[in-house]
Amino acid sequence: MALKFEVLGKFNRARAARLTLPHFICQTPLFMPVGTQGTIKGLTNNQLEEIGCQIILGNTYHLALRPGAELIDDLGGLHKFMNWKRALLTDSGGFQMVSLLHLADITEQGVTFQSPVDGKPMLLTPEESIQIQNKIGADIIMALDDVVKTTITGPRIEEAMYRTLRWIDRCIAAHKRPDAQNLFGIVQGGLDPVLRDICVRGLVDRNLPGYAIGGLAGGEDKDSFWRVVAQCTAALPEDKPRYVMGVGYPLDIVVCSALGADMYDCVYPTRTARFGTALVPEGVLRLKNQAMANDERPIDSTCTCMVCRNYTRAYLHCLVTKDAMGSQLVSYHNLSYMMRLSKDLHTSLVEGQFPEFVRGFLRAQFPKGNVPEWVCNAMEVAGVDISTCCAPITS
Amino acid sequence: MRFAVTRACGGGGGRARTGALYIGGSTTAPIETPSLLISTRKGLPTFVSRDHLAALPTPDSLLLHVSPLHFLDCPSSKTISNIGGLHQMLGLHEHFFVAAPRDSLESLPESEGTNKLGASFETPCGRRLIKPSAYVEKIASLKPNLWASMADEVPAWVSEKRNKTSVDRTLRWLDECLALDPAGGKTMLGLVVGGSNIEERKHCAIEVATRNVSGFWIGGFGLGENVEERSVLLNAVTDNLPEEKVRFISGLSLPEEVLQGVASGIDLFDSTYIYHLTLGGFALIFPFKILDHNNLDFQLDDTVGDRTKINLRATIYRKDISPIVANCSCFTCQNHTRAYINHLLNVHEMLAHILLEIHNTHHYLGFFRAMREAIKGGKFDLFRQRFVESRRIHLTSAVLCS
Repeated sequence: MALKFEVLGKFNRARAARLTLPHFICQTPLFMPVGTQGTIKGLTNNQLEEIGCQIILGNTYHLALRPGAELIDDLGGLHKFMNWKRALLTDSGGFQMVSLLHLADITEQGVTFQSPVDGKPMLLTPEESIQIQNKIGADIIMALDDVVKTTITGPRIEEAMYRTLRWIDRCIAAHKRPDAQNLFGIVQGGLDPVLRDICVRGLVDRNLPGYAIGGLAGGEDKDSFWRVVAQCTAALPEDKPRYVMGVGYPLDIVVCSALGADMYDCVYPTRTARFGTALVPEGVLRLKNQAMANDERPIDSTCTCMVCRNYTRAYLHCLVTKDAMGSQLVSYHNLSYMMRLSKDLHTSLVEGQFPEFVRGFLRAQFPKGNVPEWVCNAMEVAGVDISTCCAPITS
Repeated sequence: MRFAVTRACGGGGGRARTGALYIGGSTTAPIETPSLLISTRKGLPTFVSRDHLAALPTPDSLLLHVSPLHFLDCPSSKTISNIGGLHQMLGLHEHFFVAAPRDSLESLPESEGTNKLGASFETPCGRRLIKPSAYVEKIASLKPNLWASMADEVPAWVSEKRNKTSVDRTLRWLDECLALDPAGGKTMLGLVVGGSNIEERKHCAIEVATRNVSGFWIGGFGLGENVEERSVLLNAVTDNLPEEKVRFISGLSLPEEVLQGVASGIDLFDSTYIYHLTLGGFALIFPFKILDHNNLDFQLDDTVGDRTKINLRATIYRKDISPIVANCSCFTCQNHTRAYINHLLNVHEMLAHILLEIHNTHHYLGFFRAMREAIKGGKFDLFRQRFVESRRIHLTSAVLCS
């Protein structure tokens, strides 16, 4: 184990913690921007530090392809290669396999696929994935899991869950650097509570440094989504970090945090920035919209980031989707927003202001009181009173 | 705005000079010339955001070129005025903007569409005809520190008649702009054209020199003229402009072209060199101290191109953990390696261009600084000769090896 997880504040299931990793001491809840190919698109390291990024995610599949795991290892690991001084997390490569390659096939051995470079048949095994991640050198590495879409039903889900458990043992055996890198297991099981429960208990038995809730954020309905998160966070150990993979929208992060999750990753903030959409307390601001052409306000008057302190919506409207600078500036703001959200979640829990924060957040997003039902249900389970945010139900 | 020549007869047959351009209030340090105008797209560099721009050498990096044509469609002049003009809109309060329509990249003079009403340009928004009144209105909302009048810039191969028309139009538009300028020319640069005709060049320069402008913008170069005849044409212009007023030029981008311009007495250059280098994945590496006796001490790069720039896409850089240039103090060289940039270029990541534009701008500004030192030391001709030779060494050595 190469991490420390100390809870600093709580509200029912929600918690703020200090997560000490080899390269950085982090505060949770936290959002991790995705730096797929060894860079966050359009932002430099010092900008990421200014914004407050603590952990960045790298994609094993992409990095193994280019520049290659051997090269990264030869040059001293990904931290050195990128010159990123804070923490890194790499995923196993499994998700990209399944989502990017239409000829991927999953067997007990591993994931077989056609190399995108030369079409040769290749195999990613749990051993291979861990070996690559050992070379990349991130603070947190993810086990290779058998991922299925949540929209699938039937015996495939059960098969995937049991295989994930068999594969975690192979990952543990293959992991050469447990003193420097933390191997997280991933809970699978689709939307089936019985399967999820079996998987959680199986992973907890292995006494891993941390746990992720996988297989979500793929198109399932929100009501199923929060229930799976709630079930898993209730069953996972208190004293270890919980990472909900692929989440996501600010609202989802607030709900999952209320339910007891600590870490999140998603391409959404940076990807949507490149399409000209900015994240604001009210939701989103579509800068491409003609209404922005003469709007002299900053993106968000409550935001103190470099972009909001210097630029107007009108000027950004000219840039977005047309000039590289537009992508950079909106990405900068969107990540600032996500870091501010992370910090607010952490601080509100430490200072005993969590329900107030949640209520303020929901009021800004739903000024008319039309908070979605799934959020209301989730908050009830989380024990956060949001009745003042919801408009009275007209009978 | 104030300009003073600080060293004349530094070389180039007596025409190369250093100067000091005071644009801000009296407390701001002057921009020493010859220097570079940093190219912008809608007022900001293509890839370098304001925080990284601020880290470039000052005051050299404070001078930005802006084309009013980038703002034809949005924001509206009214919105720009409400926001407070360029400095406010771009968050660049310490910087100085010099506005001229042509940017040699995307706003290109299109002489066939130009007529008596206005100048035609090819822009990303299509072909547009700009009238002096509309131009001045845009300038008024942008509030640049200096701005050039409108011109009819024609390529080198037009007929004599067309060339003469371009001079007449340019002078007429200069007078129109002056008449519409509330500051009465205090921040204006008069445009000088004349194509490849020495007499027209001379005539236009003499005429513009009589107007009440604060400096000059020399247009019509970089549009197909012969490199050899260029010096003659440039001299025909600068010999007929007052010594003590500042001279800008567009269309001379490469270091050799800049040297040619400096030799003819030009002070400030709008260059597309950095942009093209950056997009191509090239990084400048030439050393500046080329006057130190026989010091042709170039970084020993095995091949790939000339000794002044490296192509970071090349596979030899895959594992090269050195910075682009050892001891370069730019953000890129202080923080990243050639190997990392090679990877970024291979995977088409925007960060590659950001890092390259930072380094290339830093380095090219260094080139201008070295030029100024050479002029002050009276060694400009030697500097120019050495530099041009060094750019061609790889050709001679390639021949010798084959």
